[in-house]
Amino acid sequence: MSAPVLEVTDLVKHFPVQRGLLRRTVAHVKAVDGVSFTVAPGETLCLVGESGCGKSTVARLITRLVEPTGGSIRLGGTDITKLDDAAMVAHRRRVQMVFQDPYASLNPKLRAGDIVAEPLENYEAMGRAEREEAVAAVLKKVGLRAEMMRRFPFEFSGGQRQRLGIARALALRPDLIVADEPVSALDVSVQAQVLNLLVDLQEEFGLSYLFVSHDLGVVEHIGHRIAVMYLGRIVEIGSKDDIVSEPLHPYTKALISAAPIPDPRARREKLVIEGDVPSPLDPPPGCHFHTRCPFAVARCRSEAPALREVRPGWNVACHLVET
Amino acid sequence: MNLVEPEMQVATAVKPILEVEDLRTHFFTRDGVTRAVDGVSFTVAPGETLGIVGESGCGKSVTALSILRLLPARLGRIVGGSVRFEGQELLSLPEGRMRDIRGNRVAMIFQEPMTSLNPVLTIGDQIAEAVMIHQGASRSDALRRAAEMLRLVRIPDAEKRVGDYPHQFSGGMRQRVMIAMALSCSPRLLIADEPTTALDVTVQAQILKLMLELKQATGSAVMLITHDLGVIAETCQRVIVMYAGRVVEQAEVLELFDAPLHPYTRGLMASIPRIGLGRRKRLAEIPGIVPDLRKPIVGCAFAPRCPIASARCRAEPPPLAEHRPGHLAACWHAGEMP
Ligand SMILES: Nc1ncnc2c1ncn2[C@@H]1O[C@H](COP(=O)(O)OP(=O)(O)OP(=O)(O)O)[C@@H](O)[C@H]1O
Ligand SMILES: Nc1ncnc2c1ncn2[C@@H]1O[C@H](COP(=O)(O)OP(=O)(O)O)[C@@H](O)[C@H]1O
Ligand code: SF4
Ligand SMILES: [Mg+2]
Ligand SMILES: [Mg+2]
Repeated sequence: MSAPVLEVTDLVKHFPVQRGLLRRTVAHVKAVDGVSFTVAPGETLCLVGESGCGKSTVARLITRLVEPTGGSIRLGGTDITKLDDAAMVAHRRRVQMVFQDPYASLNPKLRAGDIVAEPLENYEAMGRAEREEAVAAVLKKVGLRAEMMRRFPFEFSGGQRQRLGIARALALRPDLIVADEPVSALDVSVQAQVLNLLVDLQEEFGLSYLFVSHDLGVVEHIGHRIAVMYLGRIVEIGSKDDIVSEPLHPYTKALISAAPIPDPRARREKLVIEGDVPSPLDPPPGCHFHTRCPFAVARCRSEAPALREVRPGWNVACHLVET
Repeated sequence: MNLVEPEMQVATAVKPILEVEDLRTHFFTRDGVTRAVDGVSFTVAPGETLGIVGESGCGKSVTALSILRLLPARLGRIVGGSVRFEGQELLSLPEGRMRDIRGNRVAMIFQEPMTSLNPVLTIGDQIAEAVMIHQGASRSDALRRAAEMLRLVRIPDAEKRVGDYPHQFSGGMRQRVMIAMALSCSPRLLIADEPTTALDVTVQAQILKLMLELKQATGSAVMLITHDLGVIAETCQRVIVMYAGRVVEQAEVLELFDAPLHPYTRGLMASIPRIGLGRRKRLAEIPGIVPDLRKPIVGCAFAPRCPIASARCRAEPPPLAEHRPGHLAACWHAGEMP
């Protein structure tokens, strides 16, 4: 087995909550509360979970858009949380990010060509003609025409803008692309175009993806492995096939059962769990999920279950799951 | 367990409670006229759940707002067609009479519950106000009814929470309040415009279940607007598919998913990644993008993206015609695609 591209260990991010004129810190949002996982070369790991569970925060920690409170992030063996800005430069090109909102994530004043060339300029000394050629090649890879490099973002459709965002991420030939809900803002008829593109690029370049999504249909299509998050913690992680066909954690069961299936012949009794996700400011003690879990016992209310390997390569954080 | 629930069949041959005929709603803005709804016709039978599905911007919300005559003043105008509710034409009704119908015999739930609740009034006062206006109840009766409604939509500690303000409720709870308000007057028709789109899936499942339970208890018809074919498959009896301001297909839910006739519906169904499908194979793509509704559309609106479009498709708009019993499609080559 080859060494992982990304290895995250005990990652923690607490955001301070400030109040009053003096902006005193009165509490902390435990957005990410001890998360560990690895991503292998050429693999897609999907992070799923409901709004506010910490998916985007994990994505932003790995791309160092925010600084962790604790834990380590190893990229090709090097812990990037310890690197200063100068040392970070060399590592930054190995991991690139694609954002959810293709409208907000591209500089509206730059032409498409400059948007894609921007990261190249920071890293590679190239002549004008050479750079233009490189940009044209990347645009072609994502299904845009070379002459589109003179256009501004507003002249593109949502799907085309997302292709542009992918082109920018691809320009430096990263090992890992962190994609935060890259198709959520797109119409269903355009989603498939972008998902197919991501799969094609992975095959061509051997890319790894950390793919954040709340849509289980999308996750099942694109993922090799899945990590399910709930209130800042991973509750289940394993191969996609295992988890989708036989989810072990009660929350994963509820999530999969709740996902609407576009087939009226598959109408089924759902495992409907009560209530909403509790506030991450004051998560319940013990297992964070116990307030909504239909199977909770006394132990769940006091003791946090550890993420244990219950089958080979399949980890679950639930007291009731037998090994 | 394969439980077929809620019901799928539609009671046929009953007089519809809502008849929309050739509805046209346009927006007049500085950069031209948007033909948001461009000749839409359909009916809703008493007690049925009709789904309206389509991509963003295809005219679903504008159709709903037109029925209730809630379009933004000046900008949006109904330029043609008819909307009859229980046999009565709504488009020519005086505004005062329209107000009696809105929120009473026809109720509506919107996508974003925060914008439809008043932030400075307590939840209880808002439900009570609706009950007082429409049913002429006294204030104390109305407040008691408000607590009852909150209990019905399973808000824990309902008696205590009637005094809370909207911001103290989560998104799912606010949507439950909207459902409580909409159903408090036992409407004959409930129009729900993307009622769960802003919510998480586990909460979406709660809300849809609740809505259908209450619908069954009150016997009201539901027009459920969504962009999600999964939600349609799990909740509706009959379905209308919209594209670029027009109805392109209409059928009972099993018929639509078993044998879609319009190339757009077929493309949509093939392009959705769905859970349980297993293998990581390529998704079918619909090339191109939806047309700009500010430009006049000649022929079939789907022609530029359609894999089987012919010269006729690009020249003449296909009529919505019945191809199989109860199954309508607007396509010159309906069902020809493999
Ligand atoms: N800069 C910040 N300051 C304070 N709190 C934050 C900040 N960023 C995120 N949070 C909080 O951290 C938690 C996790 O947020 P995050 O954006 O990671 O969620 P998510 O899983 O991506 O949700 P969604 O599905 O809605 O995108 C939330 O409670 C959020 O409000
Ligand atoms: N207030 C408005 N002013 C101008 N155009 C509008 C307005 N509301 C909707 N439209 C246009 O009408 C069309 C249909 O919109 P809508 O019914 O909201 O779509 P959806 O199917 O997503 O609900 C779109 O092209 C939209 O841009
Ligand atoms: S009418 Fe023609 S272009 Fe339109 S959907 Fe049918 S085959 Fe395609
Ligand atoms: Mg997010
Ligand atoms: Mg809408």
